Amino acid sequence: MAPQTRKAAIVGGNRIPFARSNGAYARASNQDMLTATLDGLVARFGLQGQQVGEVAAGAVLKHARDFNLTRESVLGSRLSAATPAYDVQQACGTGLEAAVLVANKIALGQLESGIAGGVDTTSDAPMALNEDMRRVLLAVNNAKTLQQRLSALAGIRPGQLVPEVPRNAEPRTGLAMGDHAAITAAEWEIGREEQDELTVRSHHNLAAAYDRGFFDDLVTPFLGLTRDQNLRPDTSVEKLAKLKPVFGQGEGATMTAGNSTPLTDGASAVLLASDEWAAEHDLPVLAHLVDAQTAAVDYVHGGEGLLMAPAYAVPVLLARNGLTLQDFDFYEVHEAFASTVLATLKAWESPEYCKEKLGLDAPLGSIDRAKLNVHGSSLAAGHPFAATGGRIVATLAKTLHEAGPGKRGLISICAAGGQGVVAILES
Amino acid sequence: MSDWYRDFANSGLGTTITKQLGLPRPAELRRYEPGQPLLPGPAVVGSAGEGRLREEVTGLLRDAGVTVVSPVAADGSTDGERLAAVLLDATGLTGPADLAAAHDFLAPALKRLRPSGRVLVLADPPAETSSPAQAAARQALEGLVRSLAKELRSGSTANLVHVPLGAEASLASPLRFFLSGRSAYVDGQVLAVTTADLPTGEDVDRPLAGKVAVVTGAARGIGAAIARVLARDGAHVVAVDVPAAGEQLAEVANEVGGTAVALDITGADAGPRLAAQLVARHGGVDVVVHNAGITRDKLLVNMDAARWNSVMAVNLQAQLDITQALLDTEGALKPGARVVSVSSQSGIAGNRGQTNYAASKAGVIGMVRSWAPEFAERGATINAVAPGFIVTEMTATMPLGTREVGSRLNSLQQGGLPVDVAETIAWLAQPGSAGVNGQVVRVCGQSLLGA
Ligand SMILES: NC(=O)c1ccc[n+]([C@@H]2O[C@H](COP(=O)([O-])OP(=O)(O)OC[C@H]3O[C@@H](n4cnc5c(N)ncnc54)[C@H](O)[C@@H]3O)[C@@H](O)[C@H]2O)c1
Repeated sequence: MAPQTRKAAIVGGNRIPFARSNGAYARASNQDMLTATLDGLVARFGLQGQQVGEVAAGAVLKHARDFNLTRESVLGSRLSAATPAYDVQQACGTGLEAAVLVANKIALGQLESGIAGGVDTTSDAPMALNEDMRRVLLAVNNAKTLQQRLSALAGIRPGQLVPEVPRNAEPRTGLAMGDHAAITAAEWEIGREEQDELTVRSHHNLAAAYDRGFFDDLVTPFLGLTRDQNLRPDTSVEKLAKLKPVFGQGEGATMTAGNSTPLTDGASAVLLASDEWAAEHDLPVLAHLVDAQTAAVDYVHGGEGLLMAPAYAVPVLLARNGLTLQDFDFYEVHEAFASTVLATLKAWESPEYCKEKLGLDAPLGSIDRAKLNVHGSSLAAGHPFAATGGRIVATLAKTLHEAGPGKRGLISICAAGGQGVVAILES
Repeated sequence: MSDWYRDFANSGLGTTITKQLGLPRPAELRRYEPGQPLLPGPAVVGSAGEGRLREEVTGLLRDAGVTVVSPVAADGSTDGERLAAVLLDATGLTGPADLAAAHDFLAPALKRLRPSGRVLVLADPPAETSSPAQAAARQALEGLVRSLAKELRSGSTANLVHVPLGAEASLASPLRFFLSGRSAYVDGQVLAVTTADLPTGEDVDRPLAGKVAVVTGAARGIGAAIARVLARDGAHVVAVDVPAAGEQLAEVANEVGGTAVALDITGADAGPRLAAQLVARHGGVDVVVHNAGITRDKLLVNMDAARWNSVMAVNLQAQLDITQALLDTEGALKPGARVVSVSSQSGIAGNRGQTNYAASKAGVIGMVRSWAPEFAERGATINAVAPGFIVTEMTATMPLGTREVGSRLNSLQQGGLPVDVAETIAWLAQPGSAGVNGQVVRVCGQSLLGA
């Protein structure tokens, strides 16, 4: 047993540029993308044939054949085949949760190194037989005689041939995630213009980061795509203002295809290690993963917004680490929707909310917006669900490293099912 | 890339047809593979005048496992099989009259030369004598060797090495290179060696074991071939290319067990960034290969500033800046470092529509020569390699006619392969090549251009 814990180091990361759904990666599978992403990481850190302690990764939309997605990807990669792997799934929190899992094992001394990642495709998404059809075919399969088989097949009706396509909707409410977010946006009175402004900043920040080579050692092109396909460097509030709302109802609808993340394909991976392992391999330590917290809210009956769980997780994390919301040099708040980021920030500023919902004596207060998503986030890059956490961890780790030692960053990611994963990194 | 014409000319029917029509018959060149003997047959060593290298050379050959036979008699009879190499020690030349001995030795020997045979002439540098007659004789050898290279057929080559007094020990590495399959496409060249501190006990099959090599433009073409050959010879390769080429770059790095660095070498901080990474991740670098290069062809009168500037930035300024950054960064260039710059035949001969490119590639030669003395003081070297017509994806897109003509305008009657450039660079990178500094080695099959 390890007598004490240590902080896991973030050595670096790799991702492929994110593609719009049915775009550049229309024909790539989750396994293709995750394997390419691992290989890019291997090439960057010279890990060919080496065994890392463990690879933890996952996908939100998964084919039945991908039951062992991460291990299969490892076997197809240039890592040693003796590298164990397992799949993780916590909706949009998958990537960050995987990083926390690997970091915790490193902290406990159970691992010296590990890779955390995530991948998702909305283009090559699994389609299921609809429920009626599935029952018919099960009956056919169970039939003993040809007669029984034929009579079971005779039961097929045209409606049963329609496949079930996974939708970005909550099973318990039937509402799309955007519709949920629109309810929250209306509750918090999040205006259209502030959403569009946040969106423009995301695009401009991401474009500027690409232009100055910030992503040179974080991204490896894939299938001819060299930058995120959704990135619009020349977008503006005026351009975004022209878009029609797609979520929410009537006059007050503010959420458009511009200030909401599009369906996206992509993958990311982060290399974590003990400081000793990094030093032995002459690899850099960009930052350490200090601590993490998850939370969940009852968005079905509890009157809370679907994507508000991070608002609850952050104060717990701050209290445990003796920090205030202002004690950070950088904030990475996942932009599922511009309104989600703004509602979360507003919630932390609200004395009533902080008292009644979060049980705090005083509000967490506001943050310096100049420190928020400084290298762009999901509105610009896109959001291949499970890949977002890895993108953010690697981006923030490098941001902190560039800023110098002793800098601190906060990650906040909301996820389907009313969940949230948050973490602190420090250089 | 296949050479359909060479394959055809060497087929049964092709042999008949090309003979009847008097068409060129490009040979399959002997290329290096690890573990291969230095030569596939015996060698003969002769001399013109009372030279000082015959013993030395015979010893080197025997150490490399080569059978050394006695000179061929004038009637062509020998004491054994056909010859794989003919070496002439011409360090004893005192005046033009001694050259007759060169003729007497070479003529019968060359009749016995095997395909992909090697002729290597060793002489003193013409400038290092105060006697005009002696300088004339030494200089005459260049004409002899260059013409001989054009006479030889079946993939055989002829080259000349200048060995000044006192630099005899520096000869070993070039001698091995020129005789081996590594020099397959190096023909009709003159190389000068200098005195240097030479390492002992080099592993001839893995001469770069334990070395760190950085190669720019490594994602494809010649750069990828350089990465493969350096890795085969034992080096850990840091493969650099523009971020947009990252996918191919990662593939090359993974193939050779190296490290991929996505970096535009023309970036303002590219040199310091690369130097810092080499120090932090690899403890410095032993071998630097400046290979990245671009063309933006236009007649000078029609050339815009962008074409001119981008070619200069990638092909020349980046080489200067990165080399300077490595020199300036504590611990970046390891002792005995080797820098090899890729120049081009265009930089020597010029090429219509390539004023920018040729200027940049000629500039590289100036840079290498200027830096050579400083590098020598550090026990390091800096050299240039100037490829001729090399068959790559780039040349594959040329019109068939241009490509066919371009690839045949040389003594070996075929285009070279990226691996030929890579082998030459890997040889210059060897610790044993310490005595080769400030040189420009053409890998062009003795191109007719700029010869
Ligand atoms: N192919 C020939 O026949 C030939 C002949 C003479 C000289 N050369 C020289 O050999 C070298 C390699 O040529 P090739 O035929 O393999 O060309 P290539 O175009 O196939 O490869 C050149 C590589 O350099 C990279 N590169 C370009 N600009 C860069 C930058 N700013 N930063 C980092 N990398 C950059 C490219 O991305 C590419 O991968 C070049 O210097 C070229 O001038 C080639």
